[in-house]
Amino acid sequence: MKRIQTIETRDLKKSTQTGGCGECQTSCQSACKTSCGVANQQCEKCVSEK
Amino acid sequence: MIHCYKLNGYNIVLDVFSGSVHAVDEVAYDAIEMYENSDKETIITYLLDKYGEKDDVTREDLEELFDDIETLKESGKLFAPDVYEGRAFDLKNRNTVIKALCLHVAHTCNLNCEYCFASQGKYHGDRALMSLEVGKRALDFLVENSGTRTNLEVDFFGGEPLMNWDVVKDIVKYGRELEKTHKKKFRFTLTTNGVLLNDDVIDFANKEMHNVVLSLDGRREVHDHLRKTVNGKGSYDTIVPKFQHFVERRGDQGYYMRGTFTHNNVDFTNDIFHMADLGFTELSMEPVVCKPDDPYALTEEDLPVLFEQYEILAKEMLKREKEGKGFTFYHYMIDLKGGPCIYKRISGCGSGTEYMAVTPWGELFPCHQFVGDEKYSLGNIWDGVKNKEAQQEFKLCNAYAREECRDCWAKLYCSGGCAANSYHATGSITGVYEYGCKLFRKRMECAIMMQVDKAQER
Repeated sequence: MKRIQTIETRDLKKSTQTGGCGECQTSCQSACKTSCGVANQQCEKCVSEK
Repeated sequence: MIHCYKLNGYNIVLDVFSGSVHAVDEVAYDAIEMYENSDKETIITYLLDKYGEKDDVTREDLEELFDDIETLKESGKLFAPDVYEGRAFDLKNRNTVIKALCLHVAHTCNLNCEYCFASQGKYHGDRALMSLEVGKRALDFLVENSGTRTNLEVDFFGGEPLMNWDVVKDIVKYGRELEKTHKKKFRFTLTTNGVLLNDDVIDFANKEMHNVVLSLDGRREVHDHLRKTVNGKGSYDTIVPKFQHFVERRGDQGYYMRGTFTHNNVDFTNDIFHMADLGFTELSMEPVVCKPDDPYALTEEDLPVLFEQYEILAKEMLKREKEGKGFTFYHYMIDLKGGPCIYKRISGCGSGTEYMAVTPWGELFPCHQFVGDEKYSLGNIWDGVKNKEAQQEFKLCNAYAREECRDCWAKLYCSGGCAANSYHATGSITGVYEYGCKLFRKRMECAIMMQVDKAQER
């Protein structure tokens, strides 16, 4: 597309089928402990498939 | 829902419910912004009027742009509908297992940091050290309540956990024994202020700790202003050489230098750059959590400065990376391809359900920030969770729990935010700590911009 570059991202709708294994890290159990979100969490499945 | 913003020369369109990110030119940016509220002819007329002098902006060209937008819409990458809201309510009845514990092995500290949310490690209660018996029972409790989950996380926290180091080592050894008899893998984390770091700690931590979190606020004068010893002296000169030695010996294993910024250092990027200049590459810097009337509390007037600081940080990180001296910043770590699934994005941090804090006496709280608040005492590691009402409240705490989040583009990135921040700011865990939201949204904009920049480089 001439004017739009789509960055490769995980398809969230598709993840309703593939996600939910629960093996991912708990958000707060890392560096922040005070202002966490989930955005910077890794998907455990995606990491092990790499 | 879409979110359009301009940053560092990029025009960025984020499609909230598909998670898609688009880098567009200014013509497409305007077209996409207008798309849902104006008809095609109105938009084309507007664009021809605004950009018609450009050679490549003709009616034919704009027709092509519209086809591209329609294609993206049909493929679910633009203006994707919210198909998750109904699922959020299923979360109420979901079965949860406990997958992480924060072990408060020491409710005491050898520093006297003024801003400490744990009131110098005591959590507004008595000083105490966790016994090995309590620590072992905590791991048993975690294994018993973790269902089929393999990876279990245990954070040694305080206060200052190195003040109870022998017990920490014995708890780890017990965990390794449990791994042999159960299909479990413990990932231990140590959070420390560094004062008691020595080669014994370093060797053991590098062998056994999946991650270590090292507390440093940045520049000497900033760090020493609030992170003082019990005698009132600054701790910077004591800990920095120890942290450098620790990190050097750690090789490529995980660690974070973790700082707190306050109203006293709203130019906190200088503290991050200072840490980077000391040779640390894995960095985290958090806004202070405190009462609004504390002298170092962040103010409304600080907000524009903080926004600018986050932009400065993102741009400098990109620059340093291109120069071969990059570093990571916790809140800018975003993996657009391998990030969390939608379940994680809706259900949030798991405090009170998947994650709990354990006091030195074995009492359970929803997370470390609720320790000492009797209202949220959940039970104990021998009898399990008894305060089901409080736990249910946490179970419902998700990306769709707050009316204020309904129209927020960032809700699938923050998942409704930190329950403790909400509770301390509003008195309710389902309240909204708007100040934190504003900072969070800015950080996400910067993090996504950095990914766009990297994609352009590729």
